[in-house]
Amino acid sequence: MEGTATEKDFVKEITSAFSSSKLNVAPEKRQQALQYFQQFGLPDKKNEEYRFTPIATALEKKFTWPVKTVDSPINSIQSFLIDGLDAYVIVLINGKFSPEHSNIHQPETGLTIKTLSDAWQSEKQTIEKHWDKYINIENDAYASLNSACWQEGVFVRVEENKKIEKPIFILHVHDASVSQVVAHTKALVIAEAGSELSLIEKSGSIGKENIFHTFGEEIVVGSNASLNYIKIQQDEGNLYQVATSAIYQADSSQLNTFTLTLNGKMIRNNFNIAIDGENCESHFYGLYLLSGDTLADNHTVVDHRKPRSFSNELYKGVMDNNSKAIFNGKIYVRPQAQKTNAFQSNRNILLTDTATVNTKPQLEIWADDVKCSHGCTTGQLDEEALFYLRSRGIPEATAKAMLLYAFAAETLAPIKNESLKKYLDALISDRLHKDF
Amino acid sequence: MGKDTQILEEFTSKEYEHGWTVNLEADEAPKGLSEEIIRFISAKKQEPEWMLEWRLKAYRQWQKMTEPKWPNVTYPPINYQDIIYYSAPKQKAKPKNLNEVDPELIKTFEKLGISLTEQKRLTGVAVDAVIDSVSVATTFKEKLKELGIIFCSFSEAVREHPELVKKYLGSVVPANDNYFAALNSAVFSDGSFCYIPPGVRCPMELSTYFRINAANTGQFERTLIIADEGAYVSYLEGCTAPMRDENQLHAAVVELFAMKSAEIKYSTVQNWYPGDKDGKGGIYNFVTKRGLCAGDHAKISWTQVETGSAITWKYPSCILKGDYSQGEFYSVAVTNHFQQADTGTKMIHIGKNTRSRIVSKGISAGKSQNSYRGQVKVMKRATNARNFSQCDSLLMGDQCGAHTFPYIDVENNTAKVEHEATTSKIGEDQIFYCLQRGIDEEAAVALIVNGYAKEVLNQLPMEFAVEAQKLLALTLEGSVG
Repeated sequence: MEGTATEKDFVKEITSAFSSSKLNVAPEKRQQALQYFQQFGLPDKKNEEYRFTPIATALEKKFTWPVKTVDSPINSIQSFLIDGLDAYVIVLINGKFSPEHSNIHQPETGLTIKTLSDAWQSEKQTIEKHWDKYINIENDAYASLNSACWQEGVFVRVEENKKIEKPIFILHVHDASVSQVVAHTKALVIAEAGSELSLIEKSGSIGKENIFHTFGEEIVVGSNASLNYIKIQQDEGNLYQVATSAIYQADSSQLNTFTLTLNGKMIRNNFNIAIDGENCESHFYGLYLLSGDTLADNHTVVDHRKPRSFSNELYKGVMDNNSKAIFNGKIYVRPQAQKTNAFQSNRNILLTDTATVNTKPQLEIWADDVKCSHGCTTGQLDEEALFYLRSRGIPEATAKAMLLYAFAAETLAPIKNESLKKYLDALISDRLHKDF
Repeated sequence: MGKDTQILEEFTSKEYEHGWTVNLEADEAPKGLSEEIIRFISAKKQEPEWMLEWRLKAYRQWQKMTEPKWPNVTYPPINYQDIIYYSAPKQKAKPKNLNEVDPELIKTFEKLGISLTEQKRLTGVAVDAVIDSVSVATTFKEKLKELGIIFCSFSEAVREHPELVKKYLGSVVPANDNYFAALNSAVFSDGSFCYIPPGVRCPMELSTYFRINAANTGQFERTLIIADEGAYVSYLEGCTAPMRDENQLHAAVVELFAMKSAEIKYSTVQNWYPGDKDGKGGIYNFVTKRGLCAGDHAKISWTQVETGSAITWKYPSCILKGDYSQGEFYSVAVTNHFQQADTGTKMIHIGKNTRSRIVSKGISAGKSQNSYRGQVKVMKRATNARNFSQCDSLLMGDQCGAHTFPYIDVENNTAKVEHEATTSKIGEDQIFYCLQRGIDEEAAVALIVNGYAKEVLNQLPMEFAVEAQKLLALTLEGSVG
């Protein structure tokens, strides 16, 4: 990590509001992360990883530092929930746990859901074993900032061989109706050997003021365990977000992920998968449907460290208005990871000539007996398909919407939960003006 | 599998063929780099004042620049003061024809397989031969002159066609473009210059052969090719160097300038000394190559076969400025032992309806690292731009690496950009199939690799394609995954 966008004191200002006097959980760990953060400073445009995503500039220009924490007057979160979804809900409003909106009091046996500050008291040993181990705090400025300044978080543990039917729903709400919001939250999810879990994570906001949110999440998928992970980013406000998810996969584990990015000002997703087991199977899907002047940046790293695993990645995007999409997908195949099959595809459609896309698929392979490929396309709708539909009396706008919907909906394939699927489908249809 | 690996090893451990040196008496500058050295070089070449100024300006800019660190290669820091920046084989007077050229020199080229006299007679390829730093012989000059084509050494061009050199030098690769280009601009000693007048189709392949002979020298040549309206030229470049334990620096600049409806085809077979099998010695090949399609319907095509060099850092690029202009890049890069290659291309679409095509085939064996790094950029006004890129990697052995870093930046919604990449190895089944039919392992590997690289080799002019195929087989003797 090179390049500091800003002066040392700005780095200090950002962290000062979260001084350890207020945040007394895990002070040593925070201190360590803080050191890393101070070392890097904020990444500027010269930094290869943040070349197109000038969050640092926005932090300097659009926010006032040091921040004051403001209580949110919000009293209903109904609009952020998913209709018909029966789930354990845990709500964080402006970085603080909201017990009255959450529903985690009596989880079934074999399942633990707690706030991270509680868990640091009761499950200290387990937490210490995993804390900051998978997330790249020594390599990423925002991950280290998050680990230094986190206010609250979620701890989830599923015991061995326990299959949890009800999904866990982590909801981040940002209330920027009164003043700017700066929030840092964290999560640690452990799915022990042979267990099954579905995790849904959503962020939404109200208000017009600026929001800066970092989310640092570490997920361990034990051997033979299976995890579904769905992320929905639907903040309609002026959100600047860096969400880092580090997922660790042990032998024969299964992972399905889906990330949907719809709104926000500048969204950066770091998605780091360490496939550190044999015979793992992983599918990563992503969809970004952008409009206005949203910038969405998906950085994924799939790191094959052991032999005989399979990974497949498909990210698709439709960019309207002045929106901007960035995709960087890294696949590493380490020397030991023979017989790996790794595939990646990134497909983009630009709807206007003011929308842009910067994509960089990156394959790095050190093992010879592997099958790897990546593909990436940028283009527009197929003229012939459009003609086919129009020649059958379908108006142009409808025909376009149909084709765009078909393009986007492919990424929904891995979602099993019916009410969730319906909800996502509605979001996509709405965005692409599919009204038939 | 075990046997495959064995053949692989035998094949891959083959020694470098062009590793001999010749005792040529050389005229050398003292080691090191300073304004005096630049003045020395300029004076040696009897250059006009403006040329010296241009060099000094580049040198001053170079001093302010830092060496790029982003390529995926590692090497110990280069001491720029420990290099001889000028070395020329001693010759009494400028030869008028080949009979007057030092017989020792002619022998050198015969050893290289480019007999200057024979080639003149048989194949009809015009050759400009560059040893160490200076051009020693240019063939076919008179015949080309009849058509108005200028093909000569760079120093001659500076003396005899200063208006052309002044106008186009640095127009595609500015002196301060990057660290190595700036260094080259300051100290370049010779190279080839070529101008094709409007509407002329160059009747023969033009060719430059580069050879580093003296020890401790760096080679810094500069090639400038200008194709005027509607002109066509096909240009070949080949290079070799002796085996030496120390690393030698080669920082060249190639500029192509294609005007309206002109076409330039530039082919390279790069076979600099790659170092021995323990990674000792070898050439650092840090080259800036760029072509500008300045006019509408212009076309520039790069073809490269990269088998040599300890480290390759090279991105032949096309700036597609004219409407309907086209850029092509075909590359086979082979790395073996401890070689490192970071190579690829840039296609910058500026004009409307511009097209580009990239086919890159990387082959890594031994303990080498092979990277493809490329950029496709479609600017806002490049309506209907079209690009297709394919970059495949072939891995032989479990200690080498293949990396791809494609950058795709699109700012126009009518653009169609496609990129695909695969990684594979030579399968046991493929080898078995060949064995069954009486083709031995070594021939089978050569066959498969040549098949894999065929799309690129097909782009080479015939004489070169044969050489390139042999070279591929040699570099990789015995490689099966």
